Amino acid sequence: MTASQHQSGIQPARLDPDTLAQNFDDVQPPLDGHEAAVAADRCYFCHDAPCITACPTDIDIPLFIRQIATGTPDAAARTIFEQNILGGMCARVCPTEQLCEEACVREAAEGKPVEIGRLQRFATDTLMARGDHPFTRAEPTGKTIAVIGAGPAGLACAHRLAMHGHDVVIHDARPKPGGLNEYGIAAYKTVANFAQAEVDWLMKIGGITLEHNSALGRDITLEALQSGYDAVFLGIGLGGVNALGLEGDDKSGVRPATDFIAELRQADDLTTVPVGRHVVVIGGGMTAIDAGVQSKLLGAQDVTIVYRRGKSAMSASGHEQDHAAQNGVRILHNAAPVKLHGNGKIDAVEFAYTEATEQGLTLSEETFTLPADQVFTAIGQTLATDAGLTLERGKIAVTGAGRTSLSDVWAGGDCATGGDDLTVTAVAEGRDAAEDIHATLMKGA
Amino acid sequence: MADLRTDFVGIKSPNPFWLASAPPTDKEYNVRRAFEAGWGGVVWKTLGSEGPPVVNVNGPRYGAIWGADRRLLGLNNIELITDRPLEVNLREMKTIKRDFPDRALIASIMVPCEEEAWRAILPHVEDTGADGIELNFGCPHGMSERGMGAAVGQVPEYIEMVTRWCKQYTRMPVIVKLTPNITDIRYPARAAHAGGADAVSLINTISSITSVNLDDFSPEPSIDGKGSHGGYCGPAVKPIALNMVAEIARDAETRGLPISGIGGVTTWRDAAEFIALGCGNVQVCTAAMTYGFKIVQEMISGLSNYMDQKGYAGIEDFRGRAVPNVTDWQYLNLNYVTKARINQDDCIKCGRCYAACEDTSHQAISMSEDRVFDVIDEECVACNLCVNVCPVENCITMERLPAGTVDPRTGRTVSDTPSNWTEHPNNPSNVAAE
Repeated sequence: MTASQHQSGIQPARLDPDTLAQNFDDVQPPLDGHEAAVAADRCYFCHDAPCITACPTDIDIPLFIRQIATGTPDAAARTIFEQNILGGMCARVCPTEQLCEEACVREAAEGKPVEIGRLQRFATDTLMARGDHPFTRAEPTGKTIAVIGAGPAGLACAHRLAMHGHDVVIHDARPKPGGLNEYGIAAYKTVANFAQAEVDWLMKIGGITLEHNSALGRDITLEALQSGYDAVFLGIGLGGVNALGLEGDDKSGVRPATDFIAELRQADDLTTVPVGRHVVVIGGGMTAIDAGVQSKLLGAQDVTIVYRRGKSAMSASGHEQDHAAQNGVRILHNAAPVKLHGNGKIDAVEFAYTEATEQGLTLSEETFTLPADQVFTAIGQTLATDAGLTLERGKIAVTGAGRTSLSDVWAGGDCATGGDDLTVTAVAEGRDAAEDIHATLMKGA
Repeated sequence: MADLRTDFVGIKSPNPFWLASAPPTDKEYNVRRAFEAGWGGVVWKTLGSEGPPVVNVNGPRYGAIWGADRRLLGLNNIELITDRPLEVNLREMKTIKRDFPDRALIASIMVPCEEEAWRAILPHVEDTGADGIELNFGCPHGMSERGMGAAVGQVPEYIEMVTRWCKQYTRMPVIVKLTPNITDIRYPARAAHAGGADAVSLINTISSITSVNLDDFSPEPSIDGKGSHGGYCGPAVKPIALNMVAEIARDAETRGLPISGIGGVTTWRDAAEFIALGCGNVQVCTAAMTYGFKIVQEMISGLSNYMDQKGYAGIEDFRGRAVPNVTDWQYLNLNYVTKARINQDDCIKCGRCYAACEDTSHQAISMSEDRVFDVIDEECVACNLCVNVCPVENCITMERLPAGTVDPRTGRTVSDTPSNWTEHPNNPSNVAAE
């Protein structure tokens, strides 16, 4: 039986299965061959291209687009994967409108950039669909490296190390690899179990062993890893979440947005995923958008994202904000929660208006209340364990290519300082740390 | 990975992509950048005799035509041979050859049509360590007015004579660069062959005026209100070049003469086509001038990718494979009967096929009130025009009628025995039919 959108409380099956399947279909369908040819034809093959500079992994974008234009998508895919082994996922989740496509000279000239992200997907999908792995391993070095975390940083690091002939053991806290690619991204951005297919494809390089349910600080210690391996790379992400710190934030119906996104991604049947009638999401990043939009697509009657600062301060891109608006999600700016109402169960959130002053944000006397039978918090994530390393602003302090305060430990991705918290940045950091580990281990060899 | 190395008349290069003698190869600075970008060889910008160098115009040297979105399709130039002193070029060539010993370095030469002029320059060129020379008998503008370039290339006897001098006075391989500004390319090619040329390279540029300014009525590029014909090159000239290459590749007198293919090579595919028609390598200019030297990376990866897919280990594995398939019209199989077929699922109902066929061809496409387009087999002569004007690739295809079926247009049963014009009853020369 389908619950109505107007039924109060947190309910599964607010929409029928067909509507749900449609809602969670590929948000941006792949280009077909003709579309790709037309899109590729628009690239000017700029010299020292701004798009390359804007890409955290420095993919040679004009070259791969020209390779598509000349009918060699396999060569294009290789150009991409040489720099970014998770080029398939990045083609789906990168905020291209803030990176390569923002830098595209045709964006400046016409407000219409070359569709770099979609072209990247065309190339990588073409090669991956055949199951080919374009790289081979160098001669074995006899070194073994522990990579902690099978997310974008860890996978990129492990692959590059394996290419150099090292053996790699990846320890991951969760039952499935992929990190945020598997647990932290809206379902409609990565359909058809792409995250797992990508890991399987990546592992074809050989020399990488995966240990699941093996968490740093819970099942393994850094000391043991240091003594057991030639080097350690930490790509553990940000496993903790910030709490609201308000009276009543332990009421039922209040939960971290990341948990909801993970639950939805792991659901075999979307009709089993419950969602509130009136959903309030607190935060202003991609996680808030992903939770808000997916709540709406699951059948919530109304969804409001409330962010304490202005529109321009939101870390979610303009494209993501538009996407939320198109799906009927309302975004309120300059308001912060002050109180959670409800008797055991959440039923409303009270907000004050904010104003940015030199002393920080000040709250208005006046408040307003939004009905809410479900509240998602998306106000930032934190390091789950510091493993005894030097920290800086809540993250593992690194210098150069991910060097930590310990000489045999590297770190990259969201858990480490430097760079934006993006999949593509994590890939770049994992890759660069692998190169540094390789250079360090092989010194004098 | 396919092996792209080539050995062209004894000149080795890591890949078949050479930069043609042209502005991109005029200086050490450019050539160094080219080799760093991956080009396999360079034909240095044409050298002239010792003494005061030529001068160029100080207004625009290039004219162009563009497709939609300003894609550069054809380029025309009125630049002359190098306008830098001979000794400077020679010194720089020597430095380049020393620094890039694995790349091909060819000297293009154009001096007056006198034995002494050629005899004098060759030892200087040899001294640079260059791998070979290319005789510029091709440039159609400026120098031809002085009896050089295309003025030589248009007289087979001169080609043979100068080629012979060069073979006599140097041990370096001699490549003769031919002009397309001639009615039958086989005559100059045969002359080069007769003179002992190791190879020919073609095509040089085609005499052209790119456009006329309709305000001041000057041809473009305009120099103070006047224009002169230039040499046309770029993607637009490739079909002309392919035909001329094929003519030489299949001519009884010149068959097997090594050819360096030039003319609109822009992608790996263009290069592969020239190689399939027998070329041992290709020379590129306009693509580099349009996109920069980095463009060679796509050419290398694309050619390598194609060869891997086809299982060709090296260039020689497919070089010349298309030559036996170039024939004269009279030998085409008249029993090869095809009809256009429109895939209704792919059709976007623009009606361009209908307009083309109804207005300019054989009224062989029908159009219904709800814009469904169908082929009328009774009228379709299989001309292929609808395929070429259709904006959707593979929406219209030409499909062969199997043997035994009746062609509704002619009422004849299709035979699977090939038959051509030489055997046709309408051919007055066909004595066998009588």
